[in-house]
Amino acid sequence: MTVSPALDARFRAAAAATDLLDAAFDVVEDTPIGDLVVGVTDHGICRIQFDADPERALETLAREYGPRVLRSAKPVDRVRRELDEYFAGRRHAFDLDWDIRQLAPFNRRVLEQLARVEYGQTTTYGQLAAASGNPKAARAVGTIMNRNPIPIVLPCHRVVGASGKLVGYAGGLERKELLLRLEGALS
Amino acid sequence: MIPPFETFYETHRDEVFRYLTSRLGRQRAEDAFQETFLRALRAYDRLEYPDHLRAWVLTIASRIAIDDVRRRKPTEELPDDIWHEDARPAFEELAPLTDGLPPKERAAVVLRYGYDLGYDEIGAALGSSEQAARQAASGGVRRLRRKDTT
Repeated sequence: MTVSPALDARFRAAAAATDLLDAAFDVVEDTPIGDLVVGVTDHGICRIQFDADPERALETLAREYGPRVLRSAKPVDRVRRELDEYFAGRRHAFDLDWDIRQLAPFNRRVLEQLARVEYGQTTTYGQLAAASGNPKAARAVGTIMNRNPIPIVLPCHRVVGASGKLVGYAGGLERKELLLRLEGALS
Repeated sequence: MIPPFETFYETHRDEVFRYLTSRLGRQRAEDAFQETFLRALRAYDRLEYPDHLRAWVLTIASRIAIDDVRRRKPTEELPDDIWHEDARPAFEELAPLTDGLPPKERAAVVLRYGYDLGYDEIGAALGSSEQAARQAASGGVRRLRRKDTT
């Protein structure tokens, strides 16, 4: 005899309703850029992972936030809804708190500046470095974009090379292109 | 390293549910199941050793089952000492005392005196025989007594 899906879902929802979880995650399926794993903590969204691999996401979340990590749909519902709206072209800004506590101060500063780059706009690595208080750090900014824990919501796809070339994207250039096209930043 | 709670839950949920169903019947087992894993979650960040998670969660389940039976049949006699107010890992209390023991003796002492497990259950949890579990526990206790007097 095994645990029924209903009982399983009931327990996961009950656990998520306590304040005991270090993090929760779920898969957001069938977006235009594939299945995404979304992780959240009490502080907000903390992870979006391409090529959804729940096993790997679970390990990362447990390492960074603590062992009490559980897959649960409820805590991710709001992110799921906002992503749906974004991909449908109906949402131009995310109304979500994010949790990047575990990052170094400069990385946080860069990501906070990144969050100001608006829908449909692009910036360059150099401009973002300058906005973060270190104009010489374009290369470091590239690395920070590459390791962005919350792509899409923190829009690293809006950062391009000085020449206007797309340059790189941790999720693959096709995804970067698709997101920029969706936003009308690329004709 | 303690595994992520998701992994722990996935690994043990079916066995816990089977056990509770055998004790309480399917309907009451569902509530007890949820309570068992919520209680485990509450104590989970205080766990230090990943070795006895199965015995640990089954112990929580058995205490919840006993409590459920007792609630429904308040006149029935049940020994008080089986009941444990919460699922606080018993090795929290035993840890400072048993620190110096070899791992197997330590596990046997903790499971026997911290969790009230029988030697057959301890043997199963440690992957050895009932007899070996009994020897490990008594060896551990002897060692502790010696330590106590020095």
